[in-house]
Amino acid sequence: MFENLSEKFDKAFKILKGQGKITEINVAETLKEVRKALIDADVSYAIAKEFCDTVKQKALGKNVLTSLEPGQLMVKLVQDELAELMGGETQDINIKGSPSIILIAGLQGSGKTTFSAKLANYLKTKKGKSVLLTAGDVYRPAAINQLQVLGEQIGVEVYTEDSKDPVQIAKNAVQRAKDKGINIVIVDTAGRLAIDEDMMNEIAAVKAAINPQETLFVVDSMTGQDAVNTAKAFNERLDYNGVVLTKLDGDTRGGAALTIKHIVRKPIKFVGIGEKMDALDIFHPERMASRILGMGDIVSLVERAQEQYDEEEARKLSKKIKTNEFDFNDFLNQINQIKKMGNIKDLMGMIPGVGKMMKGIDINEDAFKGIEAIIGSMTPFERENPLKIDGSRRKRISRGSGTSIEDVNRLLKQFEETRKAMKMMSGGGNKLNALKNLKRR
Amino acid sequence: MGFFSFFTKDKKETLDKGLEKTKINVFSRLSKAIVGKSKVDEEVLDNLEQILVESDVGVETTLKIIQRIEVRIAKDKYLGTSELNMILKEEIAELLQENSIDERENFSFPNSSEPYVIMVVGVNGVGKTTTIGKLAYQFNQAGKKVILGAADTFRAAAVDQLTIWAERVGVEIVSQGMNADPASVAFDTLKSAVAKKADVVIIDTAGRLHNKVGLMNELSKIRNVMKKVIPNAPNEVLLVLDASTGQNAIEQAKQFTAATDVNALALTKLDGTAKGGVVIGISDQFKIPVRYIGLGEKMEDLQLFNRKAFVDSLFE
Repeated sequence: MFENLSEKFDKAFKILKGQGKITEINVAETLKEVRKALIDADVSYAIAKEFCDTVKQKALGKNVLTSLEPGQLMVKLVQDELAELMGGETQDINIKGSPSIILIAGLQGSGKTTFSAKLANYLKTKKGKSVLLTAGDVYRPAAINQLQVLGEQIGVEVYTEDSKDPVQIAKNAVQRAKDKGINIVIVDTAGRLAIDEDMMNEIAAVKAAINPQETLFVVDSMTGQDAVNTAKAFNERLDYNGVVLTKLDGDTRGGAALTIKHIVRKPIKFVGIGEKMDALDIFHPERMASRILGMGDIVSLVERAQEQYDEEEARKLSKKIKTNEFDFNDFLNQINQIKKMGNIKDLMGMIPGVGKMMKGIDINEDAFKGIEAIIGSMTPFERENPLKIDGSRRKRISRGSGTSIEDVNRLLKQFEETRKAMKMMSGGGNKLNALKNLKRR
Repeated sequence: MGFFSFFTKDKKETLDKGLEKTKINVFSRLSKAIVGKSKVDEEVLDNLEQILVESDVGVETTLKIIQRIEVRIAKDKYLGTSELNMILKEEIAELLQENSIDERENFSFPNSSEPYVIMVVGVNGVGKTTTIGKLAYQFNQAGKKVILGAADTFRAAAVDQLTIWAERVGVEIVSQGMNADPASVAFDTLKSAVAKKADVVIIDTAGRLHNKVGLMNELSKIRNVMKKVIPNAPNEVLLVLDASTGQNAIEQAKQFTAATDVNALALTKLDGTAKGGVVIGISDQFKIPVRYIGLGEKMEDLQLFNRKAFVDSLFE
């Protein structure tokens, strides 16, 4: 996410970091680099200039030159200003109504339908609400179908009609939610161009008819400067409450994320970060700023880990480790938990400093695939008794998993070492046992 | 039958209308840039540079254009602002012409006993399936026997979407439902196309972000599997780009080319963007020809890209 921008900011701050003494000249130089970085990221010239002027003013006010850590202070100032540019405070979605109505709008292909389903999933699993999805895209072939399939995946009811009138469909959906006591109605709509007068009138009519608490504008984050123009045009017609940036896991330069708030004065509320139904994040400007500056995002990382953490499971696991019963079934569970937290590259990017190192390196999202295949080719007996896997079993496993025998050997060896290390660490009073185990071998 | 010439009146109207936003954006600003000036000087060129960059022509291509105009000024000594429009048109046209790649006049192919196979790739939401629907329509109109392959087995209801298009256009479709192996769908489609002596096969694929290596490898696999049925397939690997994506389109083109040897481009949603300049940038910077442009929602609104017609329309 934002690798290019991060790299350029890093370069900008190197000017300051390397030097013992900070002068007005190299502060100015740093800011010039910052400005370049922003312009390269599709931020308009005017906003980039304004941004740097503000930072400069604040820097002078704070007496950067005489402070103890001038470099750090500058980074902090830029970070704060970036967060401010992207919206300052985190803005939550408004679901106070009864039923609460959420209208989704955007261009073709921006990801409205996928987002609608992700949002439904989020409200259902994280907020414990009942949700009704409404298929209001009556134009694109199979759009209704698409929402139905997604609704089934996440276990959310989808309201559909044969009618070709989106206004009527939306109204009926709201009525149905009222009748059934459903908390939230999400109305998906067809993609439309801002210049298409008829279509813009139509969505304005939908909005007037159902009076939603939240109207969200969905925009593809890879859409450079044009995103901002579109956002403006939609805002003039719909006066929406918030923006959703999709496909942030692509290699967007960041322009839309950085400037949309500034231009339309509406907060970014969600970001889409992958194809899976749980790949949706609340947008936190200050955390995003910290990530852009290569300082990671520990808060989000811990939050994600907590979401997947199951106390009961953890207790069982720790017991197993202590008694040296940690086997391949547990190992597989662990892998699955990590995978649930999100894609590996994304997770690594949240660790301070690591994002920078990862620039240009591609982490294969299937990194665990080989391991999973090997474990999948083991019999239940073998999974529970890793030590009993002898030569002929190894041969069979390697054939079954399509890996080489060396791969199987390596995994078994690593597994055994991990097991030992875990036992040593968790052991406490059991260190002696661990030693005994070692000796026995 | 079906050999309609490229530039019928309807088509021209669609092109003009689709480029309207870009035109207004570029030319209203261009006229502002030359207000109160009688000759093209440093300042006018600076303004021109900014306008071109902001229309997503791309920095490199913009510099090329500016340089050409500078050379001309140096040669002619004097260039009035009234001529700027014409000069700009000439230079852009020439720049595009330099990149001389075969350009098709109509929706027809070299005669061959084997089906002509088009594999369609691109990031999510650029309009791959819609483009395929429109292509199928045009080929069908041109009297070709078309078979579609529903190899986007990942996105919810993608197979349904293509099936509806197939019915609407009246062409055959091969599908194995959702979550099937896309390479296997492609294989089946080609087998069926050979057996039924189809003229054109169009394979849909799931949208994928170009920075995801695993998914890009899958594309290579689909392509390789097709060769088992028809050694020359796919004849055309068509990358679909959303024109409003701007400069990221260039990055997408690079990455997809690395994975699948893209040899044709389609630019969609040109009617919705004021940044139609990206067509100029892309056809200048890539050896890959822009083959189709999408200018609207109707089935006829996908056109073969013709450089001259494009430039004419832009500067009319």
